[in-house]
Amino acid sequence: MQLKNFSISCKINGRTYEENIAPDRTLIEFLRGLGFLSVKQGCDTSNCGLCTVWLDGTPVLSCSMLAARANGRAITTIEGVQEEATAFAGFMAAQGADQCGFCSPGLVMNILAMERELDDPTPEDIKHYLAGNLCRCTGYASQMRAIEAYLAAKTAKTAAATTAAPAAPAEGGA
Amino acid sequence: MFELKEFIAAQSLDQADELLHRDKKNVILGGLLWMRMGTRQFNTGIDLSGLGLHRITDLGDHIEIGAMTPLRQLEISRLLADNFGPVLRDAVCHIVGVQFRNLATVGGSVFSRFSFSDVITALLVLDTRVHLFRGGQIPLADFLETSPGRDILVKLTIPKQDVDTAYVCQRKSAADFPILAAALARTGSAWKIAVGARPSRATLAPKTAGLLSETPDKTQIDAAGNEILRELTFGGNGQGSREYREHLARVLVKRGIQKICS
Amino acid sequence: MRHVNQGIPKLDAKALITGRPAYTDDLAPANCLVVKVLRSPHAFAKINAIDTAAAEQLPGVACVITHRDVPRHRFTMAGQSFPEPSPYDRLILDRLVRYVGDPVAIVAAETERQADRALKAIKVDYEVLEPVFDPAKALDHPSIIHPEADYHVNHDIGNDPNRNLCASGEFCAGDLAAAFAAADVTVDQTYETRANNQAMMETFRTFCYMDHSERLTIVSATQIPFHVRSITARALGIPKQKIRVIKPRIGAGFGAKQTLVSELFPALVTLKTGKPSKMVFSRKESFTASTSRHAMRIRVRLAADRAGNVLGIHMDTLSNTGAYGEHGPTTVGLSGHKTMPLYNKAKAIKFTYKVAYTNTMSAGAFRGYGATQGTFALESAMNELAEKLNMDPLDLRLKNLVAQGEVMPGYYGEKLNSCTLADCIRRGKEMIGWDANHPCRQISKTKVRAVGAAITMQGSGIPNIDTASVEIRLQDDGFYTLMIGAADMGTGCDTILAQMAAEVLCCDMDRIIVSQVDTDHSPYDTGSYASSTTFVTGTSVIKAGKALIEKMITMAAGTLKADPGDLEFNGTAIFAGSPDGKKAITVEALARKLAVGNGACLSATATHSSPVSPPPFMAGFANIELDLETGKVVVKDYVGIVDCGTPINPNLARVQAEGGIVQGIGMALYEDITYNSAGKMMNSSFMQYKIPSRKDIGDIRVAFESSYEPSGPFGAKSIGEVVINTPAPAIANAIANACGVRLRHLPMTAEDVVMGLHARER
Repeated sequence: MQLKNFSISCKINGRTYEENIAPDRTLIEFLRGLGFLSVKQGCDTSNCGLCTVWLDGTPVLSCSMLAARANGRAITTIEGVQEEATAFAGFMAAQGADQCGFCSPGLVMNILAMERELDDPTPEDIKHYLAGNLCRCTGYASQMRAIEAYLAAKTAKTAAATTAAPAAPAEGGA
Repeated sequence: MFELKEFIAAQSLDQADELLHRDKKNVILGGLLWMRMGTRQFNTGIDLSGLGLHRITDLGDHIEIGAMTPLRQLEISRLLADNFGPVLRDAVCHIVGVQFRNLATVGGSVFSRFSFSDVITALLVLDTRVHLFRGGQIPLADFLETSPGRDILVKLTIPKQDVDTAYVCQRKSAADFPILAAALARTGSAWKIAVGARPSRATLAPKTAGLLSETPDKTQIDAAGNEILRELTFGGNGQGSREYREHLARVLVKRGIQKICS
Repeated sequence: MRHVNQGIPKLDAKALITGRPAYTDDLAPANCLVVKVLRSPHAFAKINAIDTAAAEQLPGVACVITHRDVPRHRFTMAGQSFPEPSPYDRLILDRLVRYVGDPVAIVAAETERQADRALKAIKVDYEVLEPVFDPAKALDHPSIIHPEADYHVNHDIGNDPNRNLCASGEFCAGDLAAAFAAADVTVDQTYETRANNQAMMETFRTFCYMDHSERLTIVSATQIPFHVRSITARALGIPKQKIRVIKPRIGAGFGAKQTLVSELFPALVTLKTGKPSKMVFSRKESFTASTSRHAMRIRVRLAADRAGNVLGIHMDTLSNTGAYGEHGPTTVGLSGHKTMPLYNKAKAIKFTYKVAYTNTMSAGAFRGYGATQGTFALESAMNELAEKLNMDPLDLRLKNLVAQGEVMPGYYGEKLNSCTLADCIRRGKEMIGWDANHPCRQISKTKVRAVGAAITMQGSGIPNIDTASVEIRLQDDGFYTLMIGAADMGTGCDTILAQMAAEVLCCDMDRIIVSQVDTDHSPYDTGSYASSTTFVTGTSVIKAGKALIEKMITMAAGTLKADPGDLEFNGTAIFAGSPDGKKAITVEALARKLAVGNGACLSATATHSSPVSPPPFMAGFANIELDLETGKVVVKDYVGIVDCGTPINPNLARVQAEGGIVQGIGMALYEDITYNSAGKMMNSSFMQYKIPSRKDIGDIRVAFESSYEPSGPFGAKSIGEVVINTPAPAIANAIANACGVRLRHLPMTAEDVVMGLHARER
């Protein structure tokens, strides 16, 4: 049987890409080939979480997904959420929690996904959501301090914005 | 990594079936998490993503789970939790991480019949039925006895039931394979117990379950612990010895019962 | 101090966290040939014939290299200073293959798929030989793993390849027989540690190209750029001057990258083809074809009097170096020399050791480097001694502890000039709640909480061998370039060295630029290993900074027509009297002036090598929950108190400690490289070899009891390795306290606990 390339059209970080790719090309190969070099691979058994990107906003392992399956869908890498990533980076750096940094892009993508999916997560919720992101340098404690500080600062900011806005007339108390 | 010569997004189950039987080297693509670790060469990879099989649906007297439903949905579905308690959530929540479970499909887990499968262990105690495109619908326990054939797993159905459930397991580390896993369900005074990763495939233990009353006392629990060792076979592998698994079987069955009764 | 002892963010933090391309594979040219290696399926075999004709004919294949085509200079891949203590027992490809995974042929092709196909097309005829896996059986076994005539050692390391003996030796101080004769209580037990994988997130990877002047450029994820240059030169048989090594950002190492692993294959391909090439190890390859921690079997004999005074210590270590001797002769030494000196009050100590070749993968460097294995053994034995004496194990330690000012015969005769270990123990005891939890507390019918403790030491660089040079240049806007040869592998050494430079040069951090390591440009440094960078390279930074200030003053004196002796430097200006006065010039103005006309390049280089290796210390405390029915052990809380001298960057030092503790917990409870009966590694992925995930880890709490080390930069000692040593013995101690089961081997699994409980019931 002859090799038949697959025509794919998908959005990556908001821009449409139309490419002709090998049918068994993985999403990470496809993304790195296009220059999205933030996406890293740390294993070959879907265990490390380094390659995490979003598929229609949901975190997935780009090493374990065929690029062809991204046809018609939207992919987000950390290159597409630089503002949020930079904001979070400040909290990581303040703890020295970045270390070698090789697992950071995948971790950040999963943290930002968690922030969208979970309301007010407990430390246990956070550990559970991020369990698939391995890190060998930090022992996770400093990352946890950074994540909690980041989420607390966000909550404080939201609260301040709510307080600053003209309060709606109270009816029967809050 | 496996190799594919062609990728086809099936437009219908009929087309997928036709493609699957056209060539022995064609294959249905599940979540790919296991298949990617192999080095097999396939011709056409048949993708079912566009066929609406990724949903969990309430159909009145039973609930339908499409084959392409990600394991993550088994973990967070309110519909499943409301009807079947924590057993499905607790079975899948250890599997690697959220990103993995967003890709891994329930159809892939069941079709592969892996002996360490948490998903199969849990589904066994819920009277799950497997719906195959050609083979029609059969109980999960019967399906597991068949060898993997060339058919398409379309969906699972689980009858609604007034059931209390529990999932208990032992692992070396949080995201490791289970050394042993047990799922338990109680409907009225009738119990179901399935034990997986023995290390052979999960099996129901009806004799053991039959020894239990609605709220078993210590004597009944001890008897169940003894019976489970007679009824099922246990073995050793890199995760644990036969002796340890037999020890754990008693403990996990007891703890599962206590969890449901507490 | 403005910069030192401050938690300054890492200089590369933002770039790395937001995903900027900075690592080896991000920088590789797109047209690199893909290099892959065919590996031996047999643990011990002779290659009778290799047929590569079919592979060479396949589309895209650029070359296929076998043992017939490689240079015949034996070498070691261990990154150590010349002449290396590790034996020269390797070729790039050899006719004899010594473990499952040993390289047999190298293939380069245009794409990965083509390279994979070429590997499959190579036909090898092996004569399978009888392998030996147990180090005790390997000694004097009929199968000789290194029968080659050109095997070479540079030093007397007690080596006899005909006996499969890679190294052996003995050390004693005092009269051990007398110590045991006088003892009221003795302990004699054997402890066993297993091979572990370093498991850094970035696997081994290298790309190479020939530059315009036909020099081989090697860009690699390495801890040892200068050793890569020298080992590659030897292995390929080309002069060092023909080689340039560049180290970009690297995704950690933990010692794994102190050995050449991926470098030589693409280097050879590029040399043969003239084309750029790269090799990226898969995770499986990283597990099965690199180096692991040396598995050790350590017998400990302790003699003590009834009052708890340790009279004598004898440690006897058998280390498994696997198929090759990388780091074999050196790691074993630390199992005794970086453990026994903790109990320097002992009247006699003896250390004997043997290192055996076997047909498992070569062992190598892994954080802790033998001290980790020795600490598990000696600290476990001390806890057993405490039990026999019916004494609190912390009191036993405090009674026998080495103290500041003592000369340590077991530690190369060095004098201890900084040590707060007793304070570390007292503080940790408080923090873990020792008195309330020791030995244990039943919290439910099936669960027990218990505490356990251990102490440890390491070194700070290799005395009289590690060498670090640093150059600081004044650039023309008055900023400085800090050029180092030490390799930041994620630890943050670029940052802490810049902190020291900024402290000496009295300037803001943003005026210091740290350049990446490039052997063409960077000053010589042995590399980042043996906990040397802060201590050795840091001292060079101070020296270079001071020398540069002198040069700036001399230059300013000419401009200001002043006597250099009258001038002061305050970071922004050089002046006599007041920086705002007439006799003053800013650093910026001086730098600009030097870049115009009859100027000068102001640069200072300094080199440091230390005659001593001051040990950092740590006390570790585990608070575990043990399930009496399943045997499961969960570390709920771990407290580590560290004496690393002055922490240059307390945040980064804390993260080093937290990370090391968690690696230690993994080693204690589940990390375990296993081989089947044919010598095939059974857990060669993160699916099978589990490193701790964040769900496995409870609270990790670190505090510092800082001493001041007079020979260190700003009083600093090292931190990188000492932090991994305490968890295994502390957890073993806690398990014994929880349920009476004493586990003397790693990892300590739930099954071991249950089987131990069953044995006690019987």
